[in-house]
Amino acid sequence: MTATFLQSTETLLGLDDVTIRFGGLTAVSKLSLAIKQHELIGLIGPNGAGKTTVFNLITGVYRPTEGAISFRNKSIAGKRPYQITAHGIARTFQNIRLFPSLSVFDNVRVAFHLHLFGGIGHSLIRGKSFRKEEAEIKEQCIELLDIFNLTRFKDAESKCLPYGEQRRLEIVRALATRPELLLLDEPAAGMNPTEKTDLMKLIKFIQEKYRLAILLVEHDMNVVMNICERIVVLDYGVKIAEGVPAEIRCNPKVIEAYLGNAAC
Amino acid sequence: MKLARSQWILLVAVAISLLVSYFSHAINRYFLTILISIGVNIILAVSLNLINGYTGQFSLGHAGFMAVGAYGSAAVTIYLGPKFFAAFGGSNTFSIGILFFIALAAGGLVAAIAGILVGAPSLRLKGDYLAIVTLGFGEIIRVIFRNIPSLGGALGLTGIPSYTTIFWTFGVAAVTVYVVQSIVNSTYGRGFLAVHDDEVAAEAMGINTTRYKIIAFVVGAFFAGIAGGLYAHDKAFIDPTGFNFMRSIEIVVMVILGGMGNNFGVICAAILLTLLPAILREYFRSIADSQMLIYSILLILLMLTRPQGLFKFKWPRKAPTAPTPHAG
Ligand SMILES: Nc1ncnc2c1ncn2[C@@H]1O[C@H](COP(=O)(O)OP(=O)(O)OP(=O)(O)O)[C@@H](O)[C@H]1O
Ligand SMILES: [Mg+2]
Repeated sequence: MTATFLQSTETLLGLDDVTIRFGGLTAVSKLSLAIKQHELIGLIGPNGAGKTTVFNLITGVYRPTEGAISFRNKSIAGKRPYQITAHGIARTFQNIRLFPSLSVFDNVRVAFHLHLFGGIGHSLIRGKSFRKEEAEIKEQCIELLDIFNLTRFKDAESKCLPYGEQRRLEIVRALATRPELLLLDEPAAGMNPTEKTDLMKLIKFIQEKYRLAILLVEHDMNVVMNICERIVVLDYGVKIAEGVPAEIRCNPKVIEAYLGNAAC
Repeated sequence: MKLARSQWILLVAVAISLLVSYFSHAINRYFLTILISIGVNIILAVSLNLINGYTGQFSLGHAGFMAVGAYGSAAVTIYLGPKFFAAFGGSNTFSIGILFFIALAAGGLVAAIAGILVGAPSLRLKGDYLAIVTLGFGEIIRVIFRNIPSLGGALGLTGIPSYTTIFWTFGVAAVTVYVVQSIVNSTYGRGFLAVHDDEVAAEAMGINTTRYKIIAFVVGAFFAGIAGGLYAHDKAFIDPTGFNFMRSIEIVVMVILGGMGNNFGVICAAILLTLLPAILREYFRSIADSQMLIYSILLILLMLTRPQGLFKFKWPRKAPTAPTPHAG
């Protein structure tokens, strides 16, 4: 009991005074952030505040100019994106980045790559262990697609999916890498109110089912305030506030920089 | 041991090659030459399809890999052949077979090493830039061979034994198709397609894109090298101009015409584009010289009308059922 308790409060992801500059522009400035296991945290701020850049820093697309990033107490700064995914951090993209020419099934199948036992040799020989593994992966893919009601699109090219389904497929694909931390970049963008309500349920559902920590970037305050346990606010790359939704809603700095007066 | 369906097809294809090869003396010589050219072009086009089609790395250096394999394997049969036969009791069908196998494998291996050297810059370069680097590679290779006197220099290398048969050509072609098709058709192999579609997303899914690109170049170059070996031991003469930039373009056209990342289409295109010039030469001598012009016009027409490739068909699939609201 104590052990589980300790584990669940352990810091999963830690950013320590992380700064990144693009030429003269400081996109993220001295950002410190700690995410514990199984937490759902919101990252909000006006356009160009540096939210996506934070994702790119965490996932190794960019290397911080200064500061340290650690995951499960191990430094991950300077690692390549695929290595960071292997450590257990998965993401979606603000502008959907599925594999457009691959089928829905293959989009998810590719993400099982990390957990493959056999490599290129197995594909060539196509022996018993290869066929067994492929069958297992197929089963797990279908299971995932089933859970998210995407099985009916299984063989369709992913670019042919309706927009909302594409966003969901991107989340499913990220889950297939079996992450401990999931980064969602504006998953509700472009969705209608019903889709947004469904999405909120979905995010809560995957947090519970896969025991994930989630970092959510989102402009829809209804979504953020409803599901996030804690919210971090960025403005011009600087953290201007952090707290539970009720605090953030009435924080004068946040109202000034981002929310406007109607919020509180 | 239970064989997969693709392995049965491979076995049957190799068996047919052997059979046709056995009766090849009954085939018209001219037609036989064209058949072997078709086989060599299938190997080249399908191996390039792994790099350009499936992995999406635009390489213009395939003739360079072919040259490396051609010279490498010819060097083995010319310089090691006599010693080999002396040690293994003269030249007979069997010892020739062994020697030729070693020569082709050697040609493929040197080409594969060249593939690593060219694949390395592809990690940093994209699209046009990669095309230019690979193009440069092809030209450098030619300059190098032109300046090696023991390999014939600019005059070309003569006296290469004519070992290439229908069996070797189409046997290797079958293996090439099997290898490329098997690599791609697996969870591991979908990674090549993922790199093609979106490198950033592929990395985010845990795919080591660097590694995939190198593998594509190495495997592609290996088979191009073997194709070069088959070509050299068919023509009995090779010179650096035979592996120029135009040769690379020809292979690229086959891949584009066939529909990138579609082996069946690429094989069809390789056959068509080998037969077409041969027919032109035979019956329409006056326009045969404008082969490149015809190629270019063909390409422009194709890109305008069928950008997905001439031979890429959409097989009818079960349409997805009407969406239902999701739970969870
Ligand atoms: N690779 C880059 N090179 C130069 N500047 C960049 C780069 N990436 C981001 N920036 C800049 O960094 C700042 C933060 O961008 P970022 O995309 O992180 O904002 P954001 O908070 O995600 O905005 P939005 O809500 O519009 O998505 C912007 O001014 C952007 O122009
Ligand atoms: Mg953004």
